[in-house]
Amino acid sequence: MSADDPFEAIKQTFFLECEELLTDLEASVTALTFGDGDGETINAAFRAIHSIKGGAGAFGLEELVRFAHVFETYMDELRSGRKTCDDIAIRAMLHASDVLADHVSYARGLIPSMDEERSQTVANELRALMDDGGPVVAAAAPEPNPVEDPIEAEFDFKPVMFDFGDDAGAPEALPPEAWVISFKPHKRLYETGNEPALLLRELARLGPCQVTLDTSELASLAELAEPAACLSWSIVLDAPVEMEAITEIFEFVEGECDLVILPKSDPLADVTDSSADEVDIAALLAAATAPAPAAPAADEVDIQALLAMATAPIAPAPVAAAPAPATSAPATNSAKAAAPAGNAPTAAAGGQASIRVDLDRIDKLINVVGELVIQQAMLAQSVAECGIAASSTVKVGLEDLEQLSREIQDSVMAIRAQPVKSVFQRMPRLVREVADMTGKSVRLITEGESTEVDKTVVDRLAEPITHMIRNAIDHGLEDVEGRAAAGKPKEGIIRLAALHRSGRIVIEVSDDGRGINRERVRKIAVDRGLIAADANLSNEETDNLIFLPGFSTADTVSDISGRGVGMDVVRRSIQQLGGRISIASTPGKGSVFTMSLPLTLAVLDGMVVRAGGQTLLSPLSSIIESFTPKEGDLHRIGARDWVIRFRDRFLPLIDTGRVLGFSKPDSPEITGRDGIAIVVENEGGSQVALWVDDIQGQRQVVIKSLETNYRKVDGISAATILGDGRVALILDIDALVVLGRQQANQSEFKIAS
Amino acid sequence: MSDPLNTPEDAQQELMAFMAGGQEFCVDIMAIREIRGWTAATPLPKTPGYMKGVINLRGTILPILDLSARLGLGMCEPSGRNVIMVVHIANRSVGLLVDSVSEIIMVKANEIQPAPSVAMDEMKALIMGIIPVGQRLLSLLDVNLVLPEVEVEAA
Repeated sequence: MSADDPFEAIKQTFFLECEELLTDLEASVTALTFGDGDGETINAAFRAIHSIKGGAGAFGLEELVRFAHVFETYMDELRSGRKTCDDIAIRAMLHASDVLADHVSYARGLIPSMDEERSQTVANELRALMDDGGPVVAAAAPEPNPVEDPIEAEFDFKPVMFDFGDDAGAPEALPPEAWVISFKPHKRLYETGNEPALLLRELARLGPCQVTLDTSELASLAELAEPAACLSWSIVLDAPVEMEAITEIFEFVEGECDLVILPKSDPLADVTDSSADEVDIAALLAAATAPAPAAPAADEVDIQALLAMATAPIAPAPVAAAPAPATSAPATNSAKAAAPAGNAPTAAAGGQASIRVDLDRIDKLINVVGELVIQQAMLAQSVAECGIAASSTVKVGLEDLEQLSREIQDSVMAIRAQPVKSVFQRMPRLVREVADMTGKSVRLITEGESTEVDKTVVDRLAEPITHMIRNAIDHGLEDVEGRAAAGKPKEGIIRLAALHRSGRIVIEVSDDGRGINRERVRKIAVDRGLIAADANLSNEETDNLIFLPGFSTADTVSDISGRGVGMDVVRRSIQQLGGRISIASTPGKGSVFTMSLPLTLAVLDGMVVRAGGQTLLSPLSSIIESFTPKEGDLHRIGARDWVIRFRDRFLPLIDTGRVLGFSKPDSPEITGRDGIAIVVENEGGSQVALWVDDIQGQRQVVIKSLETNYRKVDGISAATILGDGRVALILDIDALVVLGRQQANQSEFKIAS
Repeated sequence: MSDPLNTPEDAQQELMAFMAGGQEFCVDIMAIREIRGWTAATPLPKTPGYMKGVINLRGTILPILDLSARLGLGMCEPSGRNVIMVVHIANRSVGLLVDSVSEIIMVKANEIQPAPSVAMDEMKALIMGIIPVGQRLLSLLDVNLVLPEVEVEAA
């Protein structure tokens, strides 16, 4: 596809919007699943589907439109209260939103083919739910997934009416004979270049219109001081059209006008004025605003609320369900909607302003800002070397500059920060699918969705999380019988949580399943030659064996996981992000996978140290403490290993310079040199001490990848440029610990042989 | 990058001639991005001996490779007189530490002779051919192969 084609570009924007809308939809449906949804949740879901349908129509994506239409119609039934939102309904919504997402992906060319059969089945399922008496279907609907039963669905519930029906498409709900529309533009409508006359002309195309202009608010010429919206119209449309046809006309001015659409024979009017058959819109509007004189914002009529009211008469459940007296029902509704928003646009038109920017541009900005910070640091260093007095204007100016550049950097970083929500919201669908495939009953609980992390990290989180959740359901959770035998509730729980911890983001995937069978893990590892038969491993080490390449505990290779690449791949993709993964498991109680990732891949707070004659940077987030050991704190264990006393415990001591090969082989042992011990904690939570020659200070640095031009280097996570323009390497603490262990083992081995 | 051995016989090719380990080499000039003086590199741990380390090239981390050591001609003890040729290979920039850069030569494809089989292993793997220029003999270097580990990853 060509980027020059403007139509194609618009289409791409539409797909981006679809992505967001699908996310909203998923969120709404998930909220309903947990029973914490209300009318507004259903409305939100409806709006999302409607918007997708609208856009898809513009691009001629017929299949998508067709499905979205069925789904939308069903949602309309739900939000109007004609159908109850029960478990069956939610199930149908879940399936439908999955299929809708598939349709979008297909239209976008992301998936090669569309499962038409599934789409049909789900569409039929929705139609069936709309067609039938609801509760009857609900009771009769079999427990197994209706999707697996396409033929029955097709034959039993094939609707006849539906394809001809539209928005208010319940068979018994024929559109009313005529409509009464009250239309009062706001000033903003004119400001945005809309022309009421055009809207009225559109309306006239639907059928004979009787338009009355209301100039009562028009001030006399003398008083008319500034451009204001004083005119309003009431229109009697004498045509049996759908409500939707009317709302479509006013779609683009939604939120910029007061719009009331009522069937001509509206019982609402009866309530307002029990004798009148004709509806006096002006009076109704007045009644609407009257009970809330204190809130001037009440003239912002919530269109959605009124739409719901307008469709109410054909619903079996009367609108009188509203607690307020029927007369003031529209008023309370609109006032409620308008009050929190104050004088701002109504909720429907609200939402924070945002712009779409190419990631490339932001990246470029970030790079330049990174350079700026380095330059600033270099300048500060040269000034410091000049020996200028601290009170001089140069110094003061430089300090301000430093603050500014740091602020710029933070702000730029904030642009890229995104909540992990976008990834988390893809997971409910995955859980459903995997649960269906394995025949397990699973409930996903997510926490900390609003935790923010750099966009690059967000984008690359999806894959490892997907893998871990699949594994948790497939391997972690017992099947239904197993759970019953273990005395656990039928429904397995998968918890997905995100939180900030010490400058990193921690993602936890936990299950309440059977936990890791250590004996089996150990046996497999021995069988596959991954560990020696007599290896002495702690529980933690045994659990972590599952991350070894080529390890798979699944006895049978399933579709979902267990090709023996799973956890190994997960670990690698996380390591590529500068993160770690670990597992904690309690047999019978479940397992917790914890991944910890840097918040951003661009900056890091670090401590500048020297070891083996080299300047190195240790990430501040992993440092616990640093201290100069006293006499008798250092002890040698075995041939090569050293330990250091730290708060009455002994920690393994790693000679940084030697492990990295910077120290000359003949350099004296640790005891023969002055140095400082830095206590660090690795991702597994265990502590070790790093032996360095010297600590030079603390600074924030811009992370520069070594892989861009070279490759990954053991023990080093990345590089950075210091104030003097030289490159310093950033230590990879965990890898360093592993390296230290390996070298100790190797040297022992050498001595033994 | 065009392959000098497969271009038409009389096609002219521009090559950059340089000294490394006391011998003369040349590379396709299109591979060279810039030439700069030696600056001290930060050594990288756990890397082959010919990896001198990394330097800061206007904000990017540039690995520096001792070409003489890579070709098995002995380690170079860099001083201010050495130069770094920044080359672009497989979407990466790499600095090649050489003794000096001499000139740009124009060579026809048929002047390039295949490398004789007497050369050392390291040499043979990296040399695409030899070019006699007057009394001198220049070896044509395939820069794509100088970073073996990167080559493997890029493939």
